[in-house]
Amino acid sequence: MPAPSRRGLLFGTAAVSAGALLTACTSNEPRAKEPAANNAPAADDKPGTPVTIGFAGPQADHGWLNAINQNAKERAKKYSEVTLEITEGSNDTAAQIGQIQTLINKKVDVLVILPADGKALTQVGLQAMKAGIPVVNLDRVFASPQAYRCWIGGDNYGMGLNAGRFIGERLKDKPGAKVVELAGLDSLELTKQRTQGFDDALKNYPNITKVARQAAEFTVESGQAKMAQLLQAQSQFDALWNHDDDQGVGALRAIAQAGRKEFLMVGGAGAKSAMDAIKADNSVLKATVLYPPTMAASAIDLARALAQKKGVRGLSELEIPASITLYSAVVTKDNVDEYLPTGFS
Amino acid sequence: MTVSTTKTSANSATSPDSPDSPQEGGWPDRARRALGLKADVRNLSLLGVLAVLIAVGGFTRPAEFLATSNLQLVLTQASVIGVVTVGMTFVITSGGIDLSVGAIVALASVWATTLATQEYGFAGILFTAVVVGLACGLVNGLLIAYGGMVPFIATLAMLASARGLALQITDGRTQIVTVQSVLDLGLPDAYLLGIPPLVLVFAAVTLAGWLILGRTTFGRRTVAVGGNAEAARLAGIDVRRQRLYLYLLSGLCCGIAAFLLIVLSGSGQNTNGNLYELDAIAAAIIGGTLLSGGRGTIVGSVLGVLVFTTITNIFALNNLQSDVQQIAKGAIIVAAVLVQRRTARTDGT
Repeated sequence: MPAPSRRGLLFGTAAVSAGALLTACTSNEPRAKEPAANNAPAADDKPGTPVTIGFAGPQADHGWLNAINQNAKERAKKYSEVTLEITEGSNDTAAQIGQIQTLINKKVDVLVILPADGKALTQVGLQAMKAGIPVVNLDRVFASPQAYRCWIGGDNYGMGLNAGRFIGERLKDKPGAKVVELAGLDSLELTKQRTQGFDDALKNYPNITKVARQAAEFTVESGQAKMAQLLQAQSQFDALWNHDDDQGVGALRAIAQAGRKEFLMVGGAGAKSAMDAIKADNSVLKATVLYPPTMAASAIDLARALAQKKGVRGLSELEIPASITLYSAVVTKDNVDEYLPTGFS
Repeated sequence: MTVSTTKTSANSATSPDSPDSPQEGGWPDRARRALGLKADVRNLSLLGVLAVLIAVGGFTRPAEFLATSNLQLVLTQASVIGVVTVGMTFVITSGGIDLSVGAIVALASVWATTLATQEYGFAGILFTAVVVGLACGLVNGLLIAYGGMVPFIATLAMLASARGLALQITDGRTQIVTVQSVLDLGLPDAYLLGIPPLVLVFAAVTLAGWLILGRTTFGRRTVAVGGNAEAARLAGIDVRRQRLYLYLLSGLCCGIAAFLLIVLSGSGQNTNGNLYELDAIAAAIIGGTLLSGGRGTIVGSVLGVLVFTTITNIFALNNLQSDVQQIAKGAIIVAAVLVQRRTARTDGT
């Protein structure tokens, strides 16, 4: 290797100093405050017997999953007797199986598992149950009910249904109303369920036709790209349902870039940015249907109740339920303040 | 300083620092010069594909497809991946590959949209995006040129670590841009004579790339290194330095693309630039750039990008779903390459 030239040195120095300058720029403070689950009253405030909960989830590579982890951690902190053993998230099935087996070997009292892939992790769920460790299955369901004691999760079909109902009620007096759907990743079953719910709700309103549907990929970038195409394809329509608020950031950009505002938009999932926009009421976004990440906090509640052999307060049962499907509430300007603390970024 | 090469496709490698070698068969060379196109027969076949697509679009959805707003849309959507593809074309022409482009776009867009960066406004975001892109390119270049790593492995490592770093910075969150001057650049008010600024940047990068690859010593050295690196070295080219510069160039393009993406999407997300590497490589290949190096065409690559963007556009306008879109995209890549080979064979290259 030849001796570095003066130009090379100069460039090197410049690069290093630019690097030094840039490292200061990775900061994202101030961080979001505690998620809202903590504002809700704890299931049973009296500390019971000590409980160790093992928590295994996928890699938190987008806002919703990140909020899941946050909600679980914050909720566990609420209980003085609860210890949370949280694994590093992984999207790799083999890696997640390994992590859960480690938790089983550690003999945690209860497991809360959000599988990267529900079907693929069924075996390890069964294994835990056989080892006498009850499993709370979070959101993505295992293939066999034997693999979990309790399932808690969101309602994708219900999301579509409630979005469709909301739009239907707004447009029911408008003859020949046109609706457009910006779906999420089409390779996922949940996207099909959301679309099915949406279509079923719209069937109750014969004056409404869904004129177009395009699938984005839950990312801002794809949301912008697909929405721009939809706007070009449909010169006029009355309502838009977007499956996911993350891709909705991109969709809203595309709408602004096209200078369109003749329709109302309903989002999905419940991101903070979407709720802020609904509250500000200065864009086409008028509502969002929830897929609440607070379910992770509830899963901690259930796991604790399970370990302490309690039921759920407010229900007369002695045991926690076997299955809990959460409601996909519609957040509008009227109730946004109530839900804003649950919004994730 | 003539040296023999083992690859016939790399004609200009015979005399890397002299003007284009005139012995390409088929078309009269002067006509090529007049058109200013190299490897133009391939470009013509791709133009044919594009013409067919335009006919299909114009036939199925005339009002929407043939509108000015649609032309603006297609070109805008092509601009981000287009800029990346220009950089990729250089790297592939030199016999290398850059698998990290998508990850670099993600990292640059994320780094440039942190709250700390956004405090510095427009300039801070632009500067950070470009410098992060350059820095990643520098690391790639050093590893490959001076560390002796295979480009595939070095850039694969960069892909993994840049994505990881992007995830670490965002913590999985979507970073919303609040700097109004950046956002305004994507709105219709910023259009110059009806041309979106993003498209202007895309055009400028394309023009610069075309000039550099086809009209400068740097470009001829790139082709020479790709055609036969050993011969290029014997001809007096500093092959390692050339490679370093090429990955820097690719990084720079990624940085620019990241900025365009920030303007377009109004945010930075660690999922940005997903699979850009494959899109860029595919566009370059159907454009006529040799994956083994030694031949590259910026015009072809940009046409390749436009073909893909136009397909997406036509499918969306006709409300076809993503499954059909993906199948058709695969079929069209195969068709385009087959057509290209045929024309290339009759062309004698």
